[in-house]
Formats: sequence, structure tokens, C-alpha cells
Amino acid sequence: MPKQLIIDGKPIEVEDGITLIQACEQAGVEIPRFCYHERLSIAGNCRMCLVEVQGSPKPVASCAMGVNDLPPNRDGSPKIINTKTPMVKKAREGVMEFLLINHPLDCPICDQGGECDLQDQAMAYGFGGSRFVENKRAVEEKYLGPLIKTAMNRCIHCTRCVRFTTEVAGVEELGAIGRGEDMEITTYLERGMMSELSANATDLCPVGALTHRPWAFIYRPWELRKTESIDVMDAVGSNVRVDARGREVQRILPRNNDAVNEEWISDKTRFVADGLRTQRLDQPYVRTDGRLKPASWDAVLDLVAAKLKTAQPERIGAIAGDLAGAEEMFALRDLLTQLGARNLDCRQDSTKLDPRRGRASYLFNSSIEGIEQADVILLVSTNPRLEAAVLNARIRKRWRQGCAVGLIGERADLTYPYEYLGAGPQTLRDVADGKHSFAAMLAEAKHPMVIVGSAAAARPDGVAVLSAAARIALGASRGKDASWNAFNVLHAVASRVAGLDLGFVPGEGGLDVAGMLSAARSGKLEVLYLLGADEFDMGHLDKVFVIYQGSHGDRGAQRADVVLPGSAYTEKSATYVNTEGRAQMTNRAAFPPGDAKEDWAIVRALSARVGRKLAYDSLSALRAALYKEVPALARLDRVEPASLAGVEALAAAGGALGSEPFQAAVRDFYLTNAIARASAVMAELSAMRKAAQQGTTGTHG
Amino acid sequence: MSVRRLFAEQPAAFAFSAENEAWAKATIANYPPGKGASAVIPLLWRAQEQHGGWLPEPAMRLVADMLGMAYIRVYEIATFYTMFQLSPVGKKAHVWVCGTTPCMLRGAEALVAVCKRRISEEPHSLSKDGNFTWEEVECLGVCANAPMVQIGRDTYEDLTPELLEKVLDGYAAGNPPQAGSQIGRQASCPAGGPTTLIDFAKADFTKARK
Repeated sequence: MPKQLIIDGKPIEVEDGITLIQACEQAGVEIPRFCYHERLSIAGNCRMCLVEVQGSPKPVASCAMGVNDLPPNRDGSPKIINTKTPMVKKAREGVMEFLLINHPLDCPICDQGGECDLQDQAMAYGFGGSRFVENKRAVEEKYLGPLIKTAMNRCIHCTRCVRFTTEVAGVEELGAIGRGEDMEITTYLERGMMSELSANATDLCPVGALTHRPWAFIYRPWELRKTESIDVMDAVGSNVRVDARGREVQRILPRNNDAVNEEWISDKTRFVADGLRTQRLDQPYVRTDGRLKPASWDAVLDLVAAKLKTAQPERIGAIAGDLAGAEEMFALRDLLTQLGARNLDCRQDSTKLDPRRGRASYLFNSSIEGIEQADVILLVSTNPRLEAAVLNARIRKRWRQGCAVGLIGERADLTYPYEYLGAGPQTLRDVADGKHSFAAMLAEAKHPMVIVGSAAAARPDGVAVLSAAARIALGASRGKDASWNAFNVLHAVASRVAGLDLGFVPGEGGLDVAGMLSAARSGKLEVLYLLGADEFDMGHLDKVFVIYQGSHGDRGAQRADVVLPGSAYTEKSATYVNTEGRAQMTNRAAFPPGDAKEDWAIVRALSARVGRKLAYDSLSALRAALYKEVPALARLDRVEPASLAGVEALAAAGGALGSEPFQAAVRDFYLTNAIARASAVMAELSAMRKAAQQGTTGTHG
Repeated sequence: MSVRRLFAEQPAAFAFSAENEAWAKATIANYPPGKGASAVIPLLWRAQEQHGGWLPEPAMRLVADMLGMAYIRVYEIATFYTMFQLSPVGKKAHVWVCGTTPCMLRGAEALVAVCKRRISEEPHSLSKDGNFTWEEVECLGVCANAPMVQIGRDTYEDLTPELLEKVLDGYAAGNPPQAGSQIGRQASCPAGGPTTLIDFAKADFTKARK
């Protein structure tokens, strides 16, 4: 039953069960708060959100008071809530004065300065001075790992960080020891936190107690140019804000998008920023006498053009990497098609996903937001905690509300308990045939979900595994909600869905990645164009002329004969499609270093030299052509449900299942791509995680 | 109360004795399955008793593992409750000196001075012979007989510095004095004997209200 309230003289009708602070927000009244956060449980310990409720002799903490808990007026008239009365003003000033008693006045040297809730609210709601003359409390610094820097004198005990790590991140490592004035936030014996989402706690910290250690003392927030963009470290497509100063990206912070990442991002997404500065390819190189030597753009483009012109089309190949945007893949595909080459592939891990079966056969069809409706989830050959950390937090959120999870594959700590069904395809077959008890659970579920990891599709029997999973999904959702598609592929890399959407796959009679590599070994391939492709063994490429276009000097560039320096995702506007098929666009936050160019423009310039000039000479013209061919990419930030026919085609594909146990796609969370491998922070985290897994304590790094 | 930290030198391991192990299992079984965390305080208390009156760090981990709790959660509890001693206590006695208002007004500060002189300058640190420790605590509920100290389960009341010395001498000699008031009064009856209804014959009942 909706509840009538009068907030600051304005009558409002609010829904049942919400809290007073939410009702005030709906009435357009701002309530200051420190401990309250809409995505965390209610603590009610900062007392900043006090409001005056008619009939209550004392001010009320609005975050902890439900509208249903307000006693009704005798005559049935709506309750009157006031937030601007002298009583509320005095209460806020009093709370603020208490909070500041032990808070140091070190704003000029504090990294939170300029974007600090305490600073802002002290200005807006505080009392001019302090009557406290005694000494302030002093608290020892804590070691919380290489990502979070502490200045515990500043802590106001809101416990947001403790609630975040326990509830959302799902690692019970942060806690509050001691009591009263001596309460301190720490981990058990100051071990570094073992979470992929740990640094979100620093965003939640309303003061400067937890700040980003890698970025300590290098910027002031008002110096930074803020650009809204998209993350490419995994296939979730988290919405981020890239903050740059001058030519350098200083930091990456999350943006709110309830449909994708809520307001969390993984530590890799956030702290990969230093990888954007190191190992950069900032000028073209040509291999002469076995060494890469700097060269001019003219020289390298002519050299590459000559190679492409002279080679037979069937002796040319191209592989698109994990961070490639849709635009450059489209341009390169067009160029190769015009040359008559058919050997092209965007599936570096040799996954058997095929766009010809239809879009639903390779998407996360239930959508990320849809996880919150699921009641039974079957994970196949995936470790979502490592492959899509933010998405895993969504599964955990759903599990907390009551959702059963089953796993076929490698055992791992997913931050929530699950029923372990088995290690290999045998179990998958049992579930598909209805022989396993979990099949009955799926059949009873209203909104079942089957999530297949990308590693499953990359196996030699990948088609059979996908087919079995599709059969389970179809069987479980038959006769239920017609708009619900239970089949989900969880991709691990950002470029894959766009690559499949625009058909960066072998043409008629063309070779896929495995085929190209074996052709390269046997000398049947003459020229191989790597568009940021680094994730395979370069030992296969001894006999082939390798063109590497990309942003970082990683495996591919080391082997290359010609290096064409491109842009990283923060330096160009490019389209990425996330695992659920949501097209999103990055924006340029900084310019690429040195002579590096935007990737689509490199391909365009090359096409002119080859004599097969592409029909677009601006990014907007390219996009017009792209959208004409692949309309799905034009619908930014929207998910169009894909036709179920794709899943049916997959289910019909069949095939013989192997016996090898399943594996997850990501081994080392922190080092999955060229940018992350260039980052010193990621290297440190990777080493820390390895040490912890080998049983050493991990204390002090 | 002050910041509580784990003691620097911790034993390498801790295990319940067979008897305590069985007791712990029975205690956990008192709670519904999956709610074992409710047993955390009794188990920690038993671990402290077994380990000579203080709670070592390996015991926190043991209890956490037994109850399926995260280590940090047990650590929070052990540091929150001041009756869990985080550093070694005296072999013969750990003295709680009540310092709350009634005791303070009746001379608790002089008792603290005795402890500082006889035991150690700082609370929670062992005397030279390792037999005694002391700390100042909040109200122990014997305000009528203030000032007082508590040692183990016994309270020693109506103390003066000299009487506290005697109590401590008794503990040092392994012969603790009788618990309760040290000036011989019964419970919290008036110290100098009864002050009312002393002489029944003198009572004038004519003034009593009708």
C-alpha cells in the first residue's frame, strides 16, 4: 500500500517498504549521509541523516527508519517530515562537530581533497569551528595490499568498506577491531585483501582514509579532464570514467550503469592505467638484420603495401586481437576482402563460436541484469570470478536473495557456495539427458540460466559442448516465460562479440587461427596481419612475414617484421560489444603517444597504398558503412534480444563430447592482455596472488 | 580502555585438550546447524582458560575454523570484549582494579598506585617474577563496598592500599585471603555495625503514624 508523507511541506506518495532517506530523495530533498549506501546493508552509525519526524521528540536517523515503521497519526493524516528546521540544522551541526573531533585537518595533503564527502558536507552542513581542545586520536596505518593506501586517522567508522567487501565482493577479510573510539578498520593480521573488486572500497570511503595507493600524491581531482568511456579488460564492458592530465591517463573510475556494472569495476579495469604509459609502441618499426629499427610511416606503409600486393590472396592471413575495436576490425576485414583474402579470424583462442548460427548462439542472452531474475544457474567450464569479476558480483547478489548455483568444471572459490556437479563433459551429458539431479532443479526453475565459459567453446569438442549446453538451456526454459533465453556464453575478452557480429571469421574456404598457424609453420602462409593479437605461441610464425598493428610492445610486436603503432582503448573512439550484445563506445581521453595513430586510420591509409582504397575517409563515414551492414552495432547501450533460432541451431549441431575435464578461460586474472602485462601494478598483484596460492602468508606483499 | 593489540610473541599452535574438545563440540551442538557462530564467545573463553588466562592468536584461528567463520570475524570479537586477554597474565593473579566513579571517589587511584609499584608501571604487563598483572576496568558492581578489586572469580572489597598489599601478599604466598570485605563487615551492611534499630527499648511507638 503506498504511503502518504509530507516532506518539507510537499505531499508525496511513496511505495511500501522503503526507508525515509529514500522517500526524501524521491521528494527531491537531499539528505547528507556517510554510512548509508543504497547498494549496501544499513548500518545507521554515522547519524548524519537525521530528520525531524512529526510526533517524535528526537531527530530520527532517516536511513534506518522505514516508512512503514512510522506510527500513524491518530486522525490518519500523513506524517510530516521536516529536513530544514532549526532542530535538524542543529542536529547536523552537532554530528558534524563530533565527526570532526577526531578527523585531522590535513585536507591540503589528502588525496581525497576536492572530492571528499566529509569536506563537502562540512562546508554545507557543518558548524563553523570546533569546541574540542584535547588531543585528537592517532591510529596506526594498516597494510591492506598494494592497491589501497590507508590514512586511518581520517577514518570516521562508517564501515562502508567492511560492508562492501563482505556483502558485494564476498570476501570476509576486512573488519573493525576494537570498540568505541578505538575501533580500527583492518584485515586479519594486515594481510593484503584477496579480491578482484577490492579497490571499490576506496570509492565508497567517504573520507580520505582509503585512497588509491598506485595514484598517491600524483594529481588533484580538479586538474583532470574527465572522459566517459568503456572498459575493455573483460567482456562485461564496464562503464568507466577515464581521467587524464595532459597526454597521460591518470586514473580510471567506475561510472554507474545498473544494467552492466552497477557502480563497481574490477581492480584490473581500474589500475591498468599505468600500463597505458609503459611498453608503448610510439613509432613505426621495421625488422632489419634481425632487429626492430625505427622507420617512417611512409616507409613502413609502402613496405606493407608491397607485401600485400605481391602475395597471393590465399597466402595472406589476419588475426584480430582481444582489445580490437569494431571499427578497425571492420576496416581490416574490408581491406582483406578487397584483396581477395579469406583467411581472417578474431577468435585467437580457437573458440568454435560461429556467427553463421545466429547471434543468440554466442551471446549472454539472459542479459547481465537478467541474472537478478534467475533462480537456478548452471556454470559450465567457467570461473566468472576471474573471467568477469563484476558479473560474478551480480551472481553473488542473486545468490544472497536465494538462487541455486551449480558448477561443472574446475573447482574454485567463487565467493558464494555452489553445488559441484563434476569436472568434465560426462556430467554435462548427464544433465542434458536429465539423468542428473540438477536437471530436475533446472526444469523446475522459473528463470533458469546456463552460463558457458569461453574456454568450453575453445576445446576441440567445443561445438558438442556448446550444443549440449544449448540443449539443457532449451529444455529447461521450454513452456515457460517466452521472452527468457536461458543460454549464455560468457566471453572473456572485449573484442570477441563485435568480431563475430561483423563477421571477422574465415570466409568461404578460408583458414581459422589454428589453420593459419599451421599454414605459417609449413610455409603456406606468406603474410600475417596481427591486429593487436598477442595471445598465442609466436613460435609458429618463424617462416611468415608478420605485420603487427597495436598499442603495446608485447609478444606480437616482439615477433613482428613491421610494427604499426596504434592506439589503446583510451585514445580512440571505438565500439565494443559486451558479452550480452550491448554495443558501447569508448571516447578519446588522451592522444596516443609519439607517432601512433588511430587504428582504423592506419588500415585506411594502408588501403590507399595497396591501391584498394576503402570507401570511407572519416570515422563517421566508416561507422555509416558499418551500421548499414551490422545494424546491431548502431544501437548503443541497448540489448536487442537475439532470435532463439541461434540456440536451436546450436542445440541441433550435436557432436561427440570428449573426456578431458573442463578448464576456465582465465588463469592469471591480472595478466590477461598486453596492457595489463605492461602494468607494474598488475605484475605486483599477480605475484602477490601467486605467493598466496603457494601457501606463503602474503603478509606485507 | 585503550587500543588492544595482539601480543608480539605468540605460540606456534593451539589445540583444545581432549576434554575441552568434547565440551566444544557439545556447545556447538546447542545451536541449530549452520548457526555455529553463536558458540564463538564460549569457545574463545574456554580457550583462554585453557591457555593460562590469555587468548593466543592461533586459538582465534582454531575457533574460527571450528565454527566456519572468517578469521577477521573472530578477531573482531576477541578485540571487542575486554575480558578476552590478548597478552599473558600473571601466573598467580590478574588484578582487575575498578576505576569507575564510586570506587574512584573512595580511593581507587591509590589502589592503582599500589599495582603500579608492586606489579608493573603499565597495565597488562607482567611483574618481574611473572606472577602478577593488573588492569583498570569499568564498574564491577560492588559499589557499596568501594573501592574494590577482582582477582579471578573473587572480589576483595573495602580496600585501602595496605589491605590490597595484604591481598597481594596472600596471592604471592599461594594463600589468598578470604574473599569479600577486607574490614570484616558482612556483605554490604554498614561498616561500623548497625546504625538503626539498635535499642528496641528506646523506640517511641507513640510517634508512629496511625
